[in-house]
Amino acid sequence: MIKPHRTHALWFAYILHRLSGLGLAVFLPVHFYVLSLALTKPAELDSFLHWAEMPAVKLAEFGLVFLLAVHIFGGLRLMALEWLPWSPNQKTLAASAVAGAFLLSTTFFLQAI
Amino acid sequence: MSFTQNIMDVSIWRGDAQAGAFAHFEVPAQKSQTILDVVAWIQQHQDPTLSYRYACRVGMCGSCAMMVNGVPRWTCRTHVEKVLEGNKLEVAPLRNLPVIKDLVTDMDSFFDKWIAAEGRHHPTASRLDPIAAISPESAGRVKANAGIECINCSVCYAACDTVASNPDYLGPAALQRAWTVYNDAKDADKQAVLDAVSGVGGCHNCHTQGSCTAHCPNDLDPMTAIAGLKRVSAASFFKRRKARA
Ligand code: SF4
Ligand code: SF4
Ligand code: FES
Repeated sequence: MIKPHRTHALWFAYILHRLSGLGLAVFLPVHFYVLSLALTKPAELDSFLHWAEMPAVKLAEFGLVFLLAVHIFGGLRLMALEWLPWSPNQKTLAASAVAGAFLLSTTFFLQAI
Repeated sequence: MSFTQNIMDVSIWRGDAQAGAFAHFEVPAQKSQTILDVVAWIQQHQDPTLSYRYACRVGMCGSCAMMVNGVPRWTCRTHVEKVLEGNKLEVAPLRNLPVIKDLVTDMDSFFDKWIAAEGRHHPTASRLDPIAAISPESAGRVKANAGIECINCSVCYAACDTVASNPDYLGPAALQRAWTVYNDAKDADKQAVLDAVSGVGGCHNCHTQGSCTAHCPNDLDPMTAIAGLKRVSAASFFKRRKARA
């Protein structure tokens, strides 16, 4: 259970950032190892890529992209929070503007492909 | 008082620095009752040995803070209706501070850290000098004003997980005070403040979890004040390196 003094938006943003970071930290060494197979053991890489075609693994890849997105936005949020000498209202406005622009551009992007 | 008066199930932490446990009391609910009213009622009607601390009862003195259902709050201005869970209340001494007895904590470490953070005035003039005019709209004054309503209640200090894991961390209230002093045009020693807040227990320990800001009863924002300290102390670090190079 989450302790009562932690149940607020700022803490949830913090823990999401932390957990997505840990998830990525676990993933990255594996990722680099698999990439290195291309140089050292191409046959193994091929069989791995074959495995990675399975639907369950494909689904897990969405999870990874999600982790990455969460972590990027978490980092941007933190940098804005700590490094921009703006008032909280200005930051909320700026964040809404970025979120709005992101929504619009991904909608167009998805229609394009 | 009506006949169908609700009786609340109240757990109060009893003990000292060594050991303790929750004791249970049945307390009649009343209209507009505060948590401090509940604690006072128990002490007056059920257990005169219960120790707790308060003074002003109007949210000015900052002495009545306790953990209420796991959340740090100023008890004199927290209405029971707002925080009652089911029919239960749990009242405990403030987190992150040593207990003296029952609901009374030893606040020495909290106040010592105000001094350690240089949260004190370094005068630019003596009482014989004329008073310099400061525009309330000036940027520095606006930043300094943001933190001056602090009542030293230690609610933010009790809410902070960084204080819990690092006993040397100066904590949100002391750092916010340092930020106020730093932005005061009438303060003569900004470098002393910077040195005090950028050391081992300083502002860079803060994880920006924002529990301080979420729980401050006066709606102050220590998290943003600490972010300000992080910016100026980082900027001065790079400036000094450049000067040396
Ligand atoms: S923002 Fe910083 S000072 Fe405030 S509760 Fe979090 S870690 Fe503590
Ligand atoms: S900043 Fe707020 S919570 Fe912290 S001591 Fe001051 S008034 Fe209390
Ligand atoms: S008794 Fe003074 S703030 Fe609560």
